[in-house]
Amino acid sequence: MNIPSQISTLIAGIIITLISLWYGQNHGLLPVAASSEAGDVDGLFNLMMTISTGLFLLIQGALILIVIKFRRQKNDQTDGPSTHGNIPLEMLWTAIPTVIVFVLAVYSFEVYNAMGGLDPMASHDHHQQEIAHNHEISPSGQQGNESLIAMAPGQGTVALGIGAPPGQEGQGQPLEVNVAGMQYAWIFTYPETGVMSGEMHVPVGQPVKLNIEANDVIHAFWLPEFRIKQDAIPGRTSQLGFTATRVGDYPIICAELCGSYHGGMKTRLIVETPEEYQAWVQENQFASADTMEKAVAVNPTTMSEGEFLAPYASEMGIDSQTLQHLDHSHHHPEIIK
Amino acid sequence: MTTQVEKPESVKHAGHVEEHERRWQDYFTFNTDHKVIGIQYLVTSFVFYFIGGALAGLIRTELATPDPDLLSPLTYNRVFTMHGTIMLFLWIIPAGAAFANYLIPLMIGAKDMAFPKLNAVAFWMNAVGGLLLMSSFFVGAPEAGWTSYPPLSLISSKVGEEIWILSILVIGTSSVLGALNFFTTIVKMRTPSMTIHDMPLFCWAMLGTSILVLIGTPVLAAALIFLSFDLIAGTNFFNPAGGGDPIVYQHMFWFYSHPAVYIMVLPFFGVISEILPVHARKPIFGYRAIAYSSMLICFLGLIVWAHHMFTSGTPGWLRMFFMAATMLIAVPTGIKVFSWVATIWGGKINLNSAMLFGMGFISAFLIGGLSGVMLASVPFDVHVHDTYFIVAHFHYVLFGGSVLGLFGAVYHWFPKMTGRMVNETLGRIHFVLTFIGLNMTFLPMHELGLLGMNRRVAMYDPQFQSLNMICTIGSYLLAVSTIPFVINILWSLNRGPIAGRNPWRALTLEWQTTSPPAIENFDEEPILWSGPYEYGIDSYSVDTDKQVEELLVEVKGDVG
Ligand code: HEM
Ligand SMILES: [Cu+2]
Ligand SMILES: [Cu+2]
Repeated sequence: MNIPSQISTLIAGIIITLISLWYGQNHGLLPVAASSEAGDVDGLFNLMMTISTGLFLLIQGALILIVIKFRRQKNDQTDGPSTHGNIPLEMLWTAIPTVIVFVLAVYSFEVYNAMGGLDPMASHDHHQQEIAHNHEISPSGQQGNESLIAMAPGQGTVALGIGAPPGQEGQGQPLEVNVAGMQYAWIFTYPETGVMSGEMHVPVGQPVKLNIEANDVIHAFWLPEFRIKQDAIPGRTSQLGFTATRVGDYPIICAELCGSYHGGMKTRLIVETPEEYQAWVQENQFASADTMEKAVAVNPTTMSEGEFLAPYASEMGIDSQTLQHLDHSHHHPEIIK
Repeated sequence: MTTQVEKPESVKHAGHVEEHERRWQDYFTFNTDHKVIGIQYLVTSFVFYFIGGALAGLIRTELATPDPDLLSPLTYNRVFTMHGTIMLFLWIIPAGAAFANYLIPLMIGAKDMAFPKLNAVAFWMNAVGGLLLMSSFFVGAPEAGWTSYPPLSLISSKVGEEIWILSILVIGTSSVLGALNFFTTIVKMRTPSMTIHDMPLFCWAMLGTSILVLIGTPVLAAALIFLSFDLIAGTNFFNPAGGGDPIVYQHMFWFYSHPAVYIMVLPFFGVISEILPVHARKPIFGYRAIAYSSMLICFLGLIVWAHHMFTSGTPGWLRMFFMAATMLIAVPTGIKVFSWVATIWGGKINLNSAMLFGMGFISAFLIGGLSGVMLASVPFDVHVHDTYFIVAHFHYVLFGGSVLGLFGAVYHWFPKMTGRMVNETLGRIHFVLTFIGLNMTFLPMHELGLLGMNRRVAMYDPQFQSLNMICTIGSYLLAVSTIPFVINILWSLNRGPIAGRNPWRALTLEWQTTSPPAIENFDEEPILWSGPYEYGIDSYSVDTDKQVEELLVEVKGDVG
């Protein structure tokens, strides 16, 4: 290899590195980060973007160079050099991905641990009573879920999801919220205050612990701005912990296919100041008995598609015409069950 | 790799058997010739590709606007369920089997597969399974996605779901029979002078693929049989309402379906390893590294299934294990990608359609691979699981990886299969349209997923509309891209210039017989006189005696 090509390789390497470093931090691909966990995940993603951009430029660049430099000349029937391999080179490109993967695995492990993914409490069978207790107030109790637990002893206790961060398990009182997914709505109950709602409200800055259940099929509870997701599995309670850091109004989305209106199964998480949150609790404490009746009465299977979608329409930008259209096209007798 | 210069006669005379005229009727019968079966598989799978593609067009048209205005949400679920199922089980897996059937005996110098009748049975089971699946359109197609997770699959569209299960069982059985055949053929039927390290890399890839099919498919079958009991007999294996555990289904399902991803891409890894050296006129770089990395990918592929379940029922420490194992797959995959690039680096690139698709494959698969490593990272996967980021990732792998490789294979072996050359101009137009369409359709989906668009939804938040519009236009471009391809194939089939036996001056054995090959492939047992990729005169300089020179001129001059 002669000197000029070494220099140009060096320069190319530096340019690729600089572009990757810049793009890894400035890709702007993620939505706002609204929880303390989201920042960690974003840092991890940025690193992965940096590495990926570098590798992408390297290999894509090589391919483009090949097309430019190594095209066969017309009427040239000869072969290229007969190189079969190059052991040092091959060792190098085996070692580099191995190191990268090792770094990413360790970093991911750290982030996951910081999110409370390895919380020993969360992987213990200590929720048995809690679940039984929750059943009295959650709407699921009225949908035959009790028999379900009874018939699957031990199964309702498998702890899943991301628990409390290490060192924080015992400390402070996290706000507990029970989340029940059903076709096609989320119902939130607050065991401490008895409030029940179709939207989730939490105060900013306080750790929140979710106990997630499903009444019928598998759903998935996803908060994009918080970078967390957990399946809601019938017969099990899974947990998810987070601390909101930003006041605002965020979508809660069902990410697991759960039937025809899976796409319509979304609601809002409202993060507010502690005072606003208290006011909301006060307002809802007495109304909640009423709400509960309503929530349970809402049985999507008996509604037409238009009826079902109506509450979601404004939010999803669906106009009344579409809903009417849906009503007309509603001739599927076998729709769910 | 051995370079044997024993008996050049066999090269000279190979394929001089009097040519048997195939009639078109042969392709509609229970024919046991592996070449006929290969073509049968290929044509059938293309038919399903167009059906699956039409469904994709429906999906994308629906998603052009945020409202569910073209399809009702229920129909939408049926459409993407059928799209996914068709594309995986009736397009990409059988298309891999098509090339394996056609090429393996030719590449290893055998007269046919080890079990020719079983081979025909496997093809016809596949076709019947495909028709069965199609019939579900008439009774209400399945709507629980191609993964068919209970309890949803137990309560929705029951008849369609049962048909889905039955057809997958039939197709799966076909695939096991096929794999048995490939495995035995590769291990037992190689021409005596061919050691396992003289085998073309496509055969290595199929060896790995077959092992995966043999280990994984029975587990899927078991899961589906249990699911079917739950569905029609009211048992409670997976039904939580009766005490069953839906997560067990997920474990069993992904125990097959994760390796299935490699069942879909490994054959095309093999194809790329065949195409690149020939059209770059260079030996493959790191033959053993590529061969063994296929095997390592198989092994790792079998122990990473739970990375599809990071958000479902998996305890924390187990997630960490599956994360590490999944990330490790980047190492053998990286070895392959680097070796391919090194293979063509410094070569004399003939940028024809086969080569374009080969290079397009590396470029698109690279993106799918990089997002794959990201997905292995649990904290990140938790965010994007079941979103459009996933849809983008697996289409880069399946479309960018498998489908581009498949088109490359069609252009590369078309002269062998038909005796005629394709039209390169049309082929290049096909490539350019496909490549632009592919990136336009699937690149924006990464961003959609990161921002918060979940998958399998017929309606979405209006803020995602412009990105979705780009995807939809891209998908129309993909639809248009098939037009030059179809015209090219139909035209070249009858009018293409005569190819001769070895238009690419390739060294693997399938090129040493007539095009198309005679019924029993070779008129006498072929003897290796070269490794599969000994391009570049240097490799012969050790034996610069006159005979070898002549032989080279002889073989390489035979452009027909
Ligand atoms: C022809 C261009 C294609 C387009 C425009 C396309 C488009 C799509 C879209 C938009 C989805 C997402 C459905 C959803 O999650 O809501 C999807 C799903 C899927 N596609 Fe494709 N696709 C194409 C080709 C392919 C190919 C070639 C394969 C495989 C070889 C494939 C396999 C799948 C699978 C397995 C799913 C998942 C289905 C499910 O969620 O049940 N697609 N496709
Ligand atoms: Cu849901
Ligand atoms: Cu859902």
